[in-house]
Amino acid sequence: MSDKMHIKLNVNGEDHEFLAEPRDLLIYTLREKLNITGPHVGCDTSHCGACTVTLNGKSVKSCTMFVAQANGAEITTIEGIGQPDALHVLQESFREHHGLQCGFCTPGMITRATKLLEEIPNPTEKEVRFGMAGNICRCTGYQNIVKSILAAASELNAAQEAAE
Amino acid sequence: MIPAAFDYYRPKDVEGVIALLQEHGDDARVLAGGHSLIPMMKLRMAEVPHLIDLQDIAALKGITIDQDTITIGAMVSQHELINHDGLSAAAPILREAALQIADPQVRYMGTVGGNIANGDPGNDMPGLMQCLDAQINLLGPDGSRTVAARDYYEAAYMTDREDDEILISVVFTAPVGGFAYEKQKRKIGDYATAAAAVQIAKVDGKVASASIAMTNLSDVPVWSQGAADELAGSVCETATLKAAVAAMLGDIDPTEDNRGPVAFKRHVAGIILTRAITRAWDRA
Ligand SMILES: Cc1cc2nc3c(=O)[nH]c(=O)nc-3n(C[C@H](O)[C@H](O)[C@H](O)COP(=O)(O)OP(=O)(O)OC[C@H]3O[C@@H](n4cnc5c(N)ncnc54)[C@H](O)[C@@H]3O)c2cc1C
Ligand code: FES
Ligand code: FES
Repeated sequence: MSDKMHIKLNVNGEDHEFLAEPRDLLIYTLREKLNITGPHVGCDTSHCGACTVTLNGKSVKSCTMFVAQANGAEITTIEGIGQPDALHVLQESFREHHGLQCGFCTPGMITRATKLLEEIPNPTEKEVRFGMAGNICRCTGYQNIVKSILAAASELNAAQEAAE
Repeated sequence: MIPAAFDYYRPKDVEGVIALLQEHGDDARVLAGGHSLIPMMKLRMAEVPHLIDLQDIAALKGITIDQDTITIGAMVSQHELINHDGLSAAAPILREAALQIADPQVRYMGTVGGNIANGDPGNDMPGLMQCLDAQINLLGPDGSRTVAARDYYEAAYMTDREDDEILISVVFTAPVGGFAYEKQKRKIGDYATAAAAVQIAKVDGKVASASIAMTNLSDVPVWSQGAADELAGSVCETATLKAAVAAMLGDIDPTEDNRGPVAFKRHVAGIILTRAITRAWDRA
């Protein structure tokens, strides 16, 4: 076993410092060490996107990143996007438009979608599908996920216009 | 899946990387975006006792366009490449190809240098670099050297790069004329069943010159001089397309795997190349 490293992460605005083996994967560190269990492990092979977090402004599959690589990073997980009593527009929209069934993929979907709407604030359906291509859902058939994201985009844009 | 333990380094400059590679030899490997290497380490198909992360090395970042010479640093991500306006104008084939690699999350992490250095026949950048006649800049203990992408690949995962060298950047001349990157895959985000990179320059209504490279149809990318020669002087009519496809089929050597038997791959390669030439010619 190699030596443990001193790791610092800022997750959802909170600083964490701890010792970890460099080989620990970010997803397991978040879930098992920091008890941040919103990001899920679907495939553990970089395919499904259930483990998606935002790291230094990038959408990242946290099953394919060592905690050593993330050292010093700012990370946002679904827990940092909204709370049960204060849902994010995207979360509200997924509820409203039935964008989930079992809900397993949902934290990754919504985390990726927040970034997608930063990249393209007013996406077409095609852009939503292309921008969500790294996230797999085994239940919904995607139709309602796309609908939820498009509806959230309209709502965010309307709110933005009202504010201006 | 938990990889074997390793020591982790994050040097600030290339000299630091070379020193670690010299010190640890075969036991050390560099990490770029990690989206080829980490899956292999998790499967324990790669064991890397000393892992050297390149993320802090400023000299490996950035895209520069100087007149018609384009330089892309090894640590430029696919995401950055896609969103670089100057590059998309100067060499649009890169953006068209990069958008067909993996998915948004993978493109945020995966780098141009990692894709070129990896040596997996399924990677899209190697064929593209051969099409563009890119030069690969390497740095090792004895200094730097340059190798043509067309001479770089020896066999699957075997390249001209020595263990103690790193890939610094790729350089090529901005291509002229029409372009196309066509890729057949089983689903979005998949590696190619067959892919074709085509550049065509047109003068006086005819093909002045062409460059054609194929991906995942041999254990190395295949730059087909024969296919390009068939196009020269033509107006890309049906007979010429057939001749170019025939020449390309003489150069590839696909093997059967979960993407299909050899006959199927050869069939797909022909269709993909025909589409790519047609589209590149339309844009020329
Ligand atoms: C789900 C999924 C789908 C994918 N689909 C595609 C696809 O369709 N097409 C495609 O082309 N790729 C695909 N990839 C691979 C992806 O593009 C990788 O990111 C890329 O192959 C490697 O780049 P990297 O920066 O991640 O390199 P790493 O994984 O960090 O490194 C790969 C190899 O290159 C070496 N290396 C990296 N940088 C250097 C350097 N500067 N000098 C010397 N050696 C270096 C490393 O030591 C390692 O051996 C996919 C990956 C995943 C997970
Ligand atoms: S668990 Fe990370 S992509 Fe599936
Ligand atoms: S809602 Fe079940 S996997 Fe998406």
